[in-house]
Amino acid sequence: MSAASDVGHHAQRQARWHFGEAAFWLVVLACGFLFPSRYLIMTDILRLALFAMSLDLILGYAGIVSLGHAAFFGVGAYAAGLLALHGIINEPVLALIAAGLAAMVLGFATSFLVIRGVDLTRLMVTLGIALLLEALAERFSNVTGGTDGLQGIEMQPILGAIPFDMFGKAGFFYSLAVLFVLFLLARRIVHSPFGLSLRAIKNNPLRAAAIGIPVNRRLIAIYTLAAFYAGIAGALFTQTTAIASLDVFAFDRSADLMLVLVIGGTGYLYGGLIGAVIFRMLQEVFSTITPQYWQFWIGLVLVVIVLVGRQRLHYGVLFLPNLLIKQIAGRKAVVSVPESDT
Amino acid sequence: MTSILTNLFDGVAYGMLLFVLACGLAVTLGLMNFVNLAHGAFAMAGGYVCMVLVNRMGWPFFAALPLAFVSSAAIGIVLERTLYRHLYTRSHLDQVLFTIGLTFMSVAAVDYIQGSSRVFINLPAALQGQFDVFGVGIGRYRLMIIVICGLLTIGLQMVLAKTRFGSRLRAAVDDPRAASGLGINVPQVFAFTFAFGCGLAGLGGALSAEILGLDPYFPLKFMIYFLIVVTVGGSSSITGPFLASLLLGIGDVAGKYYVPKMGPFVIYTMMIVILIWRPNGLFGRTAAR
Repeated sequence: MSAASDVGHHAQRQARWHFGEAAFWLVVLACGFLFPSRYLIMTDILRLALFAMSLDLILGYAGIVSLGHAAFFGVGAYAAGLLALHGIINEPVLALIAAGLAAMVLGFATSFLVIRGVDLTRLMVTLGIALLLEALAERFSNVTGGTDGLQGIEMQPILGAIPFDMFGKAGFFYSLAVLFVLFLLARRIVHSPFGLSLRAIKNNPLRAAAIGIPVNRRLIAIYTLAAFYAGIAGALFTQTTAIASLDVFAFDRSADLMLVLVIGGTGYLYGGLIGAVIFRMLQEVFSTITPQYWQFWIGLVLVVIVLVGRQRLHYGVLFLPNLLIKQIAGRKAVVSVPESDT
Repeated sequence: MTSILTNLFDGVAYGMLLFVLACGLAVTLGLMNFVNLAHGAFAMAGGYVCMVLVNRMGWPFFAALPLAFVSSAAIGIVLERTLYRHLYTRSHLDQVLFTIGLTFMSVAAVDYIQGSSRVFINLPAALQGQFDVFGVGIGRYRLMIIVICGLLTIGLQMVLAKTRFGSRLRAAVDDPRAASGLGINVPQVFAFTFAFGCGLAGLGGALSAEILGLDPYFPLKFMIYFLIVVTVGGSSSITGPFLASLLLGIGDVAGKYYVPKMGPFVIYTMMIVILIWRPNGLFGRTAAR
């Protein structure tokens, strides 16, 4: 077998659906039926998961560190809010796509700034863009509603048939459907030759350029795509909560997102989903213990994770499940988190 | 005309203050290549120590300032020895996560201990009010800031350029391996510099309570300003960050005075443009490291 076909073979095997993945999604769907009184928080988790998946696309696959991902979330949120408020696009799914496209345009425009420079410049530029947008949203408070936020948003039924109910049931399944569709798309993309080339760029941009990968164009493409995802997450936020306020741009949102991905692990798409669940649960626990000071404990979790080492932590968490899997299904089925951060 | 001069004066005072706050970060971020987003927390610590000493224990303001420096430096050296030094070799992502975590912790901890409202330090009467020089209003407090920060800047430049420690630091930064080969204790030099930078931040925090406002969210609110100073100013000398601070201070004060509605917009745009134009900072070295 030649080297090229060997690589292709491995890539294809990686891309195949595993039993565990199907089980994961079945469990998520089952949650929707098992906990009917928890729709609001579960919807929240789904939104966060989608947002985290968006960051995973650029951080885990392309190695772009961003401190201002909330910018796209915010643009999506406001776009969806304004579209619904002024009755421009009443149908939620179309509005969702339109809001995603709005964020995508911003992502494309700013990607040229982001691909320049090293990690540190990127951090600063992404942070700066998010702060800039927050300042803009505050400045044009006649459009955005300022600190009060957009109020009086009324959502029309989804696809003209399913109305949003007050228990959040429709919102939950709507979010779940959106998340699943976008997950399928992301999964297809990261396992495509395009996705493989991103990994090559992440590992070594110079070498990737030497074998003929157009590094900058690929980075622009994935950054734009991630912006689209984040915009959709933001739009979901507005549509399911019927509010959009200045805090969609807040730095805390970008920082929390980092924590979500760190908990879940980067570079295998499920990191954001798993991280979102654990993060929200941690947040719930901390805010029941100390309603005002939960941020302290979140900070402590971050510090501890970094000090222990992300790789070691994931190894430790997966140790027991892997031991079981090894007994049942043999060595090859062992789960591992591809930890390939810069 | 006089309003321009008054604004210029306020801008210079503001810029000087930013320089004292941020020059510690210039060393850790620019020279040691460590992304320390928690720098503002050290400034906040200094500010709160000063506040407690002056307001609650009745210390004179000028006696409390050095103690703000010492306490922040002490916190800095303890954290450097126990936590930070493990992260020098880690990726930027790890450093960012770690320091964001520290910042969150400091915000919540100060909120818990001192409450979330803004605090003021009782100033001696001699520092309050302003006097006129040829019709230009000069605030006494701001004048004091310019004097203190100006002296500090000159002192820092002298230490870096003329003393043995300064040349050791420059050597350690330029090439840590060669420097340690020459018998320079690089970790010690870094630890000392880190602590000194934190101390300066603490002093800046104490001085800034009057102008920037001191509350538990200080580290988050001003993080971006410190980062701007360092990234725009570059890290080859302390002149770069100094000029960048002055630029930022004057730009911010003028922006808030003349185009109040645009607010911080001007600053962020300036930063992004400069970073795109000169990724290594306005006064930075062009050589990539």
